[in-house]
Amino acid sequence: MASLARYIRLGLGTWLLALMITASMPSAAQQVNPTASAVKEQQLLQELNRIQGRVSIPDQRSGVLEQPAGREWREFRNVTLRWVGGIAILGMLVVLVVFYLTRGMVQIQHGRSGRTIVRFGAFERFVHWMTATCFIILAVSGLNITFGRPLLLPLIGHEAFSAWSQWAKYAHNYLSFPFTIGVVLIFLMWLGGNIPNRVDVEWIRRGGGIVGNDHPPAYRFNAGQKAVYWIVVIGGAAVATSGYALMLPFYLSGIEGMQIAAVVHAIVAVLFVAVMLAHIYIGTIGMEGAFEAMGSGVVDVNWAKEHHSLWLEEEEARAAANDARPKPAATAAE
Amino acid sequence: MARMKFLCDADRCIECNACVTACKNEHEVPWGINRRRVVTINDGKPGERSISMACMHCTDAPCAAVCPVNCFYTTADGVVLHSKDLCIGCGYCFYACPFGAPQYPKVGNFGSRGKMDKCTFCAGGPEADGSKAEYEKYGANRLTEGKLPLCAEMCSTKSLLAGDGEIIAQIYKERVMKRGYGSGAWGWKTAYRETIES
Repeated sequence: MASLARYIRLGLGTWLLALMITASMPSAAQQVNPTASAVKEQQLLQELNRIQGRVSIPDQRSGVLEQPAGREWREFRNVTLRWVGGIAILGMLVVLVVFYLTRGMVQIQHGRSGRTIVRFGAFERFVHWMTATCFIILAVSGLNITFGRPLLLPLIGHEAFSAWSQWAKYAHNYLSFPFTIGVVLIFLMWLGGNIPNRVDVEWIRRGGGIVGNDHPPAYRFNAGQKAVYWIVVIGGAAVATSGYALMLPFYLSGIEGMQIAAVVHAIVAVLFVAVMLAHIYIGTIGMEGAFEAMGSGVVDVNWAKEHHSLWLEEEEARAAANDARPKPAATAAE
Repeated sequence: MARMKFLCDADRCIECNACVTACKNEHEVPWGINRRRVVTINDGKPGERSISMACMHCTDAPCAAVCPVNCFYTTADGVVLHSKDLCIGCGYCFYACPFGAPQYPKVGNFGSRGKMDKCTFCAGGPEADGSKAEYEKYGANRLTEGKLPLCAEMCSTKSLLAGDGEIIAQIYKERVMKRGYGSGAWGWKTAYRETIES
């Protein structure tokens, strides 16, 4: 009897053990199947458009394994930007040439009066020319990056082109600082005269007098100049910010941010160049008496009367008031 | 001519970083620059895989396409190399590269980019093969000595393969067939517009 009970106990124990083992089997089998949850490249790219992981080297930014967005960036740089830049800049040049041939230089209608009035002080002119000089060098060195390889490189060869581009890059990096300071100073210095007002509506309605001999009234800056001012301030801020993000890689963002910065920088810059071509045109050969404002700082009174009538009235009123009033006595030292 | 390619068998990579170290030592790559790196995906989770990545020497290489000074060239073996004499360190190749291969020493003005450095497939640069000037700029030229890239040659698990694209694809296919799984040839579709069916 006792031996039978032992056999039953043993049989029951074996059966229970077998049950426990089989119950635990499925999960054990899952753990050794390495394909069950292995990451697949295509799947990751479809989900995230970028594959990122962990690296054990100190440079954590190298954790981005793949970023196929570089392809879109390449397409932008080699195709889109060249079309946008080419059309904007060449288009503007064509418009200016056609305009000059049909309209010619805008003359001072009543001739020069011989009397002059101060338009821009020495500091204002200094800031203008500092910014302008930087802008021209930045524009040329920047356009070289986009258009140099197809246009200039075949003409001068690899060595010369690289040497020139290296200097252009240094100039581009260094001159960004005085340019940025210039934009900030322009913003502060001329903000007061560039707030849009009702006079601008009238000026725009009459087309600024671009066609015919119309001279719509304007204060110190007309609507066209205000537009240039805001383009310089906003465009300048955009190119400066995006430019510094590119110049100091990874300080502000990762690779995706730098790609966006490069796109913004390039598009704003080519449009900026196109607008500045028009600004240079109207300030030089486009209009008689305009260059003096930034050259010597004084303009002819008749020029002021025609292009900035309300500003001239203001200035004359101020001068008259100063003349009429006796000079105030020296204020006492506090 | 052989078309040289890299292939990292992620199911074999154990993230030992020996390829990274071998590369740095062989080419005396300066501090802060990594021509090769090992990235771990899904770290600590099921399905974790490590992939050793460097320049993939792409077909129709994006870096070469966007370079403003056209300093890249492709050798007869399909290796993408560049001239540090022509490079101006603008960083454009880095924006376009799908694999983050271009590296820049911080020697430019304001700590910005110096001349670009990247994996050469141990094939040096435009200077005379095996010359001192070539070694100083680009590192060792093992290919002219009939040797393959050191990273792959010394990979302890033979996860990283380097060599003729057709041969390494064949090796990988056989592995996948034998063991019954494979997470694919990482980066091949992006770099070579083809992949190894597994």
